[in-house]
Amino acid sequence: MKPTRLNACGDWVLDRFPVTKFWNEHMAHYYAPKNFNFWYFFGSLALLVLVNQIITGILLTMNYKPDAKLAFDSIEYIMRDVPWGWLVRYMHSTGASAFFIVIYLHMFRGIMYGSFKHPRELIWIFGMLLFVALMAEAFMGYLLPWGQMSYWGAQVIISLFSAIPVIGDDLSLWIRGDYVIADATLNRFFAFHVIAVPLVLVMLVFMHIVALHEVGSNNPDGIEIKESKDPWGHPVDGIPFHPYYTVKDIVGVAVFLLFFATVIFYMPEMGGYFLEHANFIPADPMKTPEHIAPVWYFTPFYSVLRAIPDKFAGVIAMGGSIVVLFLLPWLDRCPVKSIRYRGGIFKKALFLFVVSFIALGYLGTQPVTPVATILARLFTTIYFGFFLLMPIYTRWEKTKPVPKSLTKDHSLEEQLHAIEEQIPAFIDEITEIKPVATEIGHPAFKSSFFNRRPNPVGIKNVATRLAKKLIESLD
Amino acid sequence: MKKLLIILLLTLSFDAIANEEIELQSANIDLSDNESLQRGAKHFVTYCLGCHSAKHIRYLRIANDVGADPQKVLKDIAPEGASIYDQLHSAMNKHDAEKWFGTQPPDLSLIARSRGPDWLYSYLKSYYVDASKPLGVNNLVFKDTAMPNPLWQLQGEQHAEQRKTIYGEYTKLVIEEHGTLSEKDFDLFVNDLVNFLVYVGEPVQLERQRIGKYVILFLLLFLVIAYLLKKEFWQDVH
Repeated sequence: MKPTRLNACGDWVLDRFPVTKFWNEHMAHYYAPKNFNFWYFFGSLALLVLVNQIITGILLTMNYKPDAKLAFDSIEYIMRDVPWGWLVRYMHSTGASAFFIVIYLHMFRGIMYGSFKHPRELIWIFGMLLFVALMAEAFMGYLLPWGQMSYWGAQVIISLFSAIPVIGDDLSLWIRGDYVIADATLNRFFAFHVIAVPLVLVMLVFMHIVALHEVGSNNPDGIEIKESKDPWGHPVDGIPFHPYYTVKDIVGVAVFLLFFATVIFYMPEMGGYFLEHANFIPADPMKTPEHIAPVWYFTPFYSVLRAIPDKFAGVIAMGGSIVVLFLLPWLDRCPVKSIRYRGGIFKKALFLFVVSFIALGYLGTQPVTPVATILARLFTTIYFGFFLLMPIYTRWEKTKPVPKSLTKDHSLEEQLHAIEEQIPAFIDEITEIKPVATEIGHPAFKSSFFNRRPNPVGIKNVATRLAKKLIESLD
Repeated sequence: MKKLLIILLLTLSFDAIANEEIELQSANIDLSDNESLQRGAKHFVTYCLGCHSAKHIRYLRIANDVGADPQKVLKDIAPEGASIYDQLHSAMNKHDAEKWFGTQPPDLSLIARSRGPDWLYSYLKSYYVDASKPLGVNNLVFKDTAMPNPLWQLQGEQHAEQRKTIYGEYTKLVIEEHGTLSEKDFDLFVNDLVNFLVYVGEPVQLERQRIGKYVILFLLLFLVIAYLLKKEFWQDVH
């Protein structure tokens, strides 16, 4: 075929710029394990949310005014008078919470399948730096609407720096640029939120992905697919990322967007968790709200802070609860990566960790009571116990043999089909036939299902079996 | 395992601890009820706008959203001399407000979003005579409120009575001197007002729910196509 002018023009660029090389290296010739499951959607979803935040953020800055006198009103202006401003703003505010949901699940996946272990320690470190940058981004962004919760939340968190001995007071003054949160603080937070931290985030995402593609992706079985290759040098258990995982991730994107759109259009405040009620009152430095709580995604760490009686020790503990995550690759001494082949003690510890993380998150949204403080201390102990005792308990682990190549995951259809087949037997077990069949009514209603009633013995058996299976799965 | 279960149960039961707030009465919010919104707007301008502004909404927007003719809104609802493009500004100035009430009455544009409709509904119904207060009234929902009861002529005078039951003591408000509205009409009056405030809190609510349907329908379709595409690509991966 004779090259057209357009092709010639394209070739001219390709000869001078390595687009093809880049594409092949990271997409078309990047081999990913075949058996990624549901948990592997969250990496690409995090990227999607990041793009959403950047685009909606740029649109918001076009009408937002970073000025203590104008900020609150300019947000309401966006919500009411700017065409589609409400949609952009809700996409941004919901996106912030969605970002943390996605990232928490992404991190949990990493812990569960040992994605932080050799040789992927650096990916984990970059990921943790991303998490810290994301927290900074969210914290500073939350001040911008200049509502009561924005103001007092920032006041509380920045005053934590003053707990540091000797330099504390000067340091918090330097961060705020004033003796209280004020216009100077709002302006610098705006600068950090819209340009400084996003640049860091994008750079870290780049490094996170480059590091990942250098050593290759982990998988739910936790085995290295690079160790068995076919004659052409491709991993036997791998498939090219593009097109296989691009089309698969689009399905994940569609499901995610369904949830995302439901929140945006039907519950943008999410019951006061995504947009707090008190933040609809303009910031007032003279009126402290009765109950100051950070947004839900910070509450686990906030709970750790409140659980410690001494302020400075609390700050150290809160910082420690994040620092300890950085050390994870060196705390875990078990050579087996995936939870599928790890010992019961790790499964139980991880279960306890998840429970304590969620409980700490819940407690952080609630006012302090004596019972809540005791519980917060208990869960803080479990939180730190999970990490700090890890070098000990991961050595006792009785691991299971790890297979040489990937095990096959059942597809969604197969799983649904298997469940479908079990339904009649299940109904037979939990119900029994009524002793006297009713004679009245349509003949269809006389068929088996409607002549049955719950059978307590059967239900008890099913419940016991389920509980036994659950306990078994933790060993 | 047992220990785990106990911890789980503890966390769950913790939810039920100490919530000593007064039980709120629930408002009946229906933003598609244009007549209620129009009545609410009228009530707001008559009884609230004297002290409280709603500076984030304009008369024209109200007219468009509640399906009323702008001229009619200007004539029936807006105060004398207002332009249709005006926001709902209050006539009271800051200096007077501080002198009379000790504080500036808050702007009510977002009050329904910060307090919630049920709180507003209960608040406006829970004034009672309390001679120890400078304004002669107190409120059961918002103790020692700085706001006098603007609706007392309509509701009448309420008195607080302590009642005892086997479950403990509680306060009941009893109307001793009836106002110009019957109890039922007064409830409707307050409900219309709260309905309007919920609308003002986020005027785009109905529009957003209307558009949401189509977005979700589109995404469902997109999901089906994306899933079929994925299945097609993956059919020979074993």
